Amino acid sequence: MLKRLSTYLYLRPRLVLLLLLGPPMFYMLVVYLGSLFALLINSFFYLDGYTGKVVHQFTLQTYAELLHTSNLEIIFRTVNMAVAVTLADALIAFPLAYYMAKHASSQMKTWLYIAVTLPLWSSYLVRVYAWKLILAKEGILSWFVNLLGLNGVLSSLLNIPGIGGSSLSLSPIGMFIVFSYIWLPYMILPIQTALERVPRSYLEASGDLGARPSTTFRFVTLPLAFPGVVAGSIFTFSLTLGDFIVPLSLGNSRFFIGQAVYSHQGTSGNIPLAAAFTVGPVVIMIIYLLFARKLGAFNAL
Amino acid sequence: MNNTTAVSFEAVCRYFGEVKAVDKVSLSVKDGEFFSMLGPSGSGKTTCLRLIAGFDRPTAGHILLYGQDVSSLPPYERDVNTVFQDYALFPHMTVGENIAYGLMIKKVPKPERQKRVDEMLDLVRLPGLAHRKPGQLSGGQRQRVALARALINNPKVLLLDEPLGALDLKLRQQMQIELKTIQKRVGITFIYVTHDQEEALTMSDRIAVFNLGNVEQVGTPTDIYEHPTTLFAAGFVGVSNLIHGELAQRITGERKSFSIRPEKIRLASVNETPDSDTYSTIGTVRDVIYLGIFTRYLVDLDGGGDLVVVQQNLETTSMDVLSAKGQRVRLIWSCDHIRYLEA
Repeated sequence: MLKRLSTYLYLRPRLVLLLLLGPPMFYMLVVYLGSLFALLINSFFYLDGYTGKVVHQFTLQTYAELLHTSNLEIIFRTVNMAVAVTLADALIAFPLAYYMAKHASSQMKTWLYIAVTLPLWSSYLVRVYAWKLILAKEGILSWFVNLLGLNGVLSSLLNIPGIGGSSLSLSPIGMFIVFSYIWLPYMILPIQTALERVPRSYLEASGDLGARPSTTFRFVTLPLAFPGVVAGSIFTFSLTLGDFIVPLSLGNSRFFIGQAVYSHQGTSGNIPLAAAFTVGPVVIMIIYLLFARKLGAFNAL
Repeated sequence: MNNTTAVSFEAVCRYFGEVKAVDKVSLSVKDGEFFSMLGPSGSGKTTCLRLIAGFDRPTAGHILLYGQDVSSLPPYERDVNTVFQDYALFPHMTVGENIAYGLMIKKVPKPERQKRVDEMLDLVRLPGLAHRKPGQLSGGQRQRVALARALINNPKVLLLDEPLGALDLKLRQQMQIELKTIQKRVGITFIYVTHDQEEALTMSDRIAVFNLGNVEQVGTPTDIYEHPTTLFAAGFVGVSNLIHGELAQRITGERKSFSIRPEKIRLASVNETPDSDTYSTIGTVRDVIYLGIFTRYLVDLDGGGDLVVVQQNLETTSMDVLSAKGQRVRLIWSCDHIRYLEA
C-alpha cells in the first residue's frame, strides 16, 4: 500500500510539489498577504470624528492625517532609532560573527551559538524589564558608573537634548541600548552564515596578491559578507520600526510608530490611522531594500 | 635557467601538535625552474607550498627566497603568487577585476591595468572575457583566469597547488602542455604541487618526491623514473615491481631489494634460454588485462610472489593476449634495468 503510494507520487513530481508547497503557500497568500491587503484597504478608509465610526469609503484623508507634523515626527523618531540600532548592531555583531566563522574551533563555535541564542530562550518582556532595572536611576549601571567615577560623563550624556532624559531608563539612549541588545542575535547569525560561506582561500588569495588584512577586509570580506549584513539589518531595522514594548516600558512619553498603532487601534478605535501607520514601515522597508540592492547587497547571492 | 637559487628550505619543520606534516625538509629550487612537489595526500607537499606562500609559518628551520629569509614575513610582503586548488576567484568581481586585483592593490593607474589585463588574457588565451563573472566560466577557463591573476604581478616564484585536479583528463593533458609553454615564455620559477606522477613527469624540470613529511628523492623526471633511490619513490612514481628478501636472492643471487619496471620485462616461452646478462624467472599468468595500446599481465611466480608485466600490443590481438591466461611463461629482463633500493 505504502509502496504503491510512493510509486504513484514518484511518477507525479508536480503533485508532490503541490502537496509540499500547498499549506505554506496557502498561509503566505491567504493569511499573511491577505491580512496585509486588508490592512492596506483599511488605511484608505477614515474615522468619522463625530460618530467615532469607521467610514468604509475610499479616501486619502487618513494619509493626509498621517502627514501631520506630530505624526511625521513619530515616524522620523522611529526611523532614526531603527537606523541607529541597526548601525550599532552591525558594528557589534561583525567582529563576533567573524570570529565565529573564521577562527573559532568547532567546539568554541557551539558554545558561542548557545551564548548568542541563549537570551532568546527567555521572554522578551522579562529581558526588557530586567534592562529597566539595570538602567534605572538607582540601578546597577549608574552604580557601576559611579564606582568608576564617571558620573559626570553620564549626566552630560543625559543632558543632551533630544536623546537625554532624567535617567537612562527614561531616555532615548536607554531605549537605544535595549533595542541594540534585544535584536543583536538577529544581526550576528546572518553575518556569521554569510562569512561561513566565504572560503578561507579567498582571504589567502587576497593576501597573496599583496593586500594587507585591512585591504582584504575592504575588497573581499566585507563585500561578500554584505548580504548577511543586509539580511541582519532587515531584522534589526524592521523589528525596531514595529516594536511598542520597549518605547512603552522605557524612554519618555514621545511616541514611536508601534505605540501609535497600538493606541490608535485600541483606545481611540482609529483603525484607518493605525493601518496607515503600519503601511509606513512597509513602504520604508521597500525603499530600504531597493537601496540595498542598488548598493550591490544581493550581487554576491 | 641558471644557478641562482630561487627558494631554499633549510631544515624546515611544520608540526601540527603531534603530527609532523613537514619534518626537517631541506631542498633548493633553482631560478627559472619548473619544480614539482610530488606525493600522496598527507605527504607534506601542500604544507611546504603554504610555507613558501606565507599562509603558514614553519615550526623550525628557515625558508629563503632569493637569499632572503622570509620565514616570518606575511604573504603580502612576499614576492610570490599562488594559483589555488579551488582557484579562489573573487565571485563578486569580474574576470578583469580579478586579474587586475594585484595591480589595484599596488595602485597601478587604471589604463595601465587595463592594458596588462588584456595582455594576460591573451597569454592564457581567453581574450575578450574581461567582463564576465567567474561564475559564468567553465572550470578550465577559471583555471586560466587564476593563472593570469597570479602572473600579472610578475612574481619571483609562482606556486601552483594541484591546479588541474578538477579538470577532466583531456583538458588536463592540454593544460599541462600549455602551463609548460607559459612557464618557458615568462621565465618565472614554477613550484607545482601534485599527486599525479604523470603530470609531474610531463612538466617538470625537477621533481621532489614527498612521503610522510620527508623528501624521498629529488631529481629530473628521467632520474626519478629510471633511478628511483628509495622504495617509496620506486613504488609511487610509475608502477614498479618491488622484490625483496628471499625472492630477490633467488633471482639475482643477492639478498638485496630491487625494483623492476613492468615494461622492462619480456614474456617468453618457458623453454627459452635467457642470455647471461639477463635475469629470469618462471611463473603462471594469473590475470590478463587488455588495455588497447598495451596489455598488463599478472604473473604468479613459482617460488611465491607475483610480478606485473606490461607488453605493447605490437602484433598481438586481444584474442591472442587473453588466451595467455593460465599459461606457463618465462619472464626475462636485462640486468641493467633493476634498481637496488634503500630500505
